[in-house]
Amino acid sequence: MKNDLLIKICMGTGGLAAGGSEVMDAFKKQLRVKGIKADISKHCSIHRVGCRGLCAKDVLVDIILNNVKTTYQFIKPYMVERIIEEHVINGNPVEEWAVTEDYHQFHNKQIKVVLSDCGNIDPEDIESYLNVGGYDALKQVISTMSPKDTIEIIKKSGLRGRGGAGFPTGVKWEICFKETSSQKYIICNADEGDPGAFMDRSVIEGNPHAVIEGMIIGAYSTGADKGYVYIRAEYPLAVERLKKALNQARQNKFLGKNILGKKFDFDIKIKLGAGAFVCGEETALIASIEGQRGMPRAKPPFPVYKGLWEKPTVINNVETLANVPYIIRNGAEWYSSFGTEKSKGTKVFALTGKIKNSGLIEVPMGIPLREIIYDIGGGIENNMAFKAVQTGGPSGGCIPADLLDIKVDYESLAQVGSIVGSGGMVVLDENDCMVNIAKFFLQFTQSESCGKCIPCRIGTKRLLEILERITCGKGREGDIELLEDLANDVKATSLCGLGQTAPNPILSTIRYFRDEYEAHITKKKCPAGVCKDLLSYVVIAEFCKGCGACKRVCPSSAISGEKKAVHKIDPDLCVKCGACFEACKFKAIGKG
Amino acid sequence: MEKTLEKLYVDYENNEGNIISLLQDIQNEFGYIPEDAVNWFSVKLDIPASRFFGIATFYAQFHLAPRGKNIITTCCGTACHVKGSERLLNGLIKELDLPEGEHTTTDKEFTLEKVNCVGACSIAPVVIINKKVHGKVSADNLMKEVRKLKDKEVEK
Repeated sequence: MKNDLLIKICMGTGGLAAGGSEVMDAFKKQLRVKGIKADISKHCSIHRVGCRGLCAKDVLVDIILNNVKTTYQFIKPYMVERIIEEHVINGNPVEEWAVTEDYHQFHNKQIKVVLSDCGNIDPEDIESYLNVGGYDALKQVISTMSPKDTIEIIKKSGLRGRGGAGFPTGVKWEICFKETSSQKYIICNADEGDPGAFMDRSVIEGNPHAVIEGMIIGAYSTGADKGYVYIRAEYPLAVERLKKALNQARQNKFLGKNILGKKFDFDIKIKLGAGAFVCGEETALIASIEGQRGMPRAKPPFPVYKGLWEKPTVINNVETLANVPYIIRNGAEWYSSFGTEKSKGTKVFALTGKIKNSGLIEVPMGIPLREIIYDIGGGIENNMAFKAVQTGGPSGGCIPADLLDIKVDYESLAQVGSIVGSGGMVVLDENDCMVNIAKFFLQFTQSESCGKCIPCRIGTKRLLEILERITCGKGREGDIELLEDLANDVKATSLCGLGQTAPNPILSTIRYFRDEYEAHITKKKCPAGVCKDLLSYVVIAEFCKGCGACKRVCPSSAISGEKKAVHKIDPDLCVKCGACFEACKFKAIGKG
Repeated sequence: MEKTLEKLYVDYENNEGNIISLLQDIQNEFGYIPEDAVNWFSVKLDIPASRFFGIATFYAQFHLAPRGKNIITTCCGTACHVKGSERLLNGLIKELDLPEGEHTTTDKEFTLEKVNCVGACSIAPVVIINKKVHGKVSADNLMKEVRKLKDKEVEK
């Protein structure tokens, strides 16, 4: 009997960090060693694949033996030999290392469009993309459709900008198409700056050609002949894979002069971001590509009329562009069959924080938040109580437990004071302090404010100062009202999206967790036990076994006590790091 | 230095470069942005040095002082924050004995940096040590890694 073997190893940033390349080496070695005996090496191939979503269980490995797929989780190099021995040679999968029910549950409620090929194909090999229908959409567009036809399909599909603002993509393309300039540009915004978001990184690492194909179709539809991908330098793997993919696309005549033999020239350059969050704002991004400080300017004129070097410029987000080939291939009706009336299609979210199955997910717009958290995400880590989901990063807001049944789409989230944003979803549990979370985001936006306009430059600073004094126990009566007042002013008067949305985390946490603010200000207490200055740690005598675990981890030697006797924390020496709290197995450290 | 700068200048001219890409190239070459390099280009390109510094200080990526041999970057994104990145950071400052407000140790062996988010949130908290991404980092493991690096330096 001939064996057909395919091994797929997850090697996105998550997979690599968990040891993906070592696992791959181990497989290569073991196949070599065992190859002669088993006679399978001829028919097997090892693929690297991009992210398949559930990074928390990396390294994930698929063994596809005679078309039967078994997926393994948490694979380390030492496990490879046994897998080869028992599974590949003897045909008995190693059940104890295979993925469990929650892996399947994680995938069951998802609908994958953008991510459909991520984790399946080899992102460093164009053939792999071509084999699943890659570049078919481009061929179809160039040989049978006019730019107008293409724009019409995208408009009909209802695709909206996935970077956060949600502007209809087809409409943007149409405006650019109608501009009469001889020079136009298309830019792919891969400056994924929201902390807690990694959709764009994963798409580029897992399927760079889909983004490139979407961009070429965008260029064809709008009349652009030069493209730029503005990508964060913090994503070295994505940059490398994108570079490779661009070269392969050029070799296959999908980029360059006379693409696919037609009178259509287009090429793409990579521009590396230099670490400024504000450059995700389109006019700042343009300034950065031009080589200047990335400072936004007033709009209008919008970039689609006057953008890069004053020429009409379409700027689309990575995920938006990666949707395009699939929409063209499957039709506008197919795409718009997913989602709600106003928010069509699917959206990729980065589900992280205190959640069991953290990772990358793609769901139809309008899915209830509860299903994301409990069905896909598997609930809260360590069986803690759910407190809130923070969506949209520093521009977004929190959604508390009693709103868990809302639908996730542009309109519904906006109604409750949050946003879909670029797709970050950070789950918070009972141990997270909402004032601290608001402070975290304000620290971020304050340090990333470019300083051009006063409301943002000084307003965020003052907002942060108020939050700092609240969290260190110096909050004053009236601070909440002052925060609200100032936050609304900053929102209303800032020049760009950064300042206009920076107060959102404050306003939304006050809206749903006002009592926590009050506890900080009036009682000088942090109910979640996070804010250091409002905390003290004590040993609870009745639980303490005198094991000394706390004493050993204490960095400031604040804990004393004989073996098997109740220990004591010296409050003057304690730096409130919480190490003892985590080290104690008997819950004998109390904080409050 | 002159030779390297000449080479960078040729690349700049050939690739329709701009100040940002030039600064990125300078930093790739020297590990930071030396003041002399900026002054050299300022004369060569007839662009005031202040423009260079204006850009170099705007973007977080550029360093105006030499960095340590080992670079440790702690991710301070939202997911890492709620999973305790601040404690890791404080632990590192202590372990490396960093002078207040400094990022590089006095012996120039270590530089400690923060990054907003590396986008590896599902394996938070994340620390990057000499370009290798470490996920689900605990304070214990992290200090062990750092001590290993320290020992290596001592052996040399």
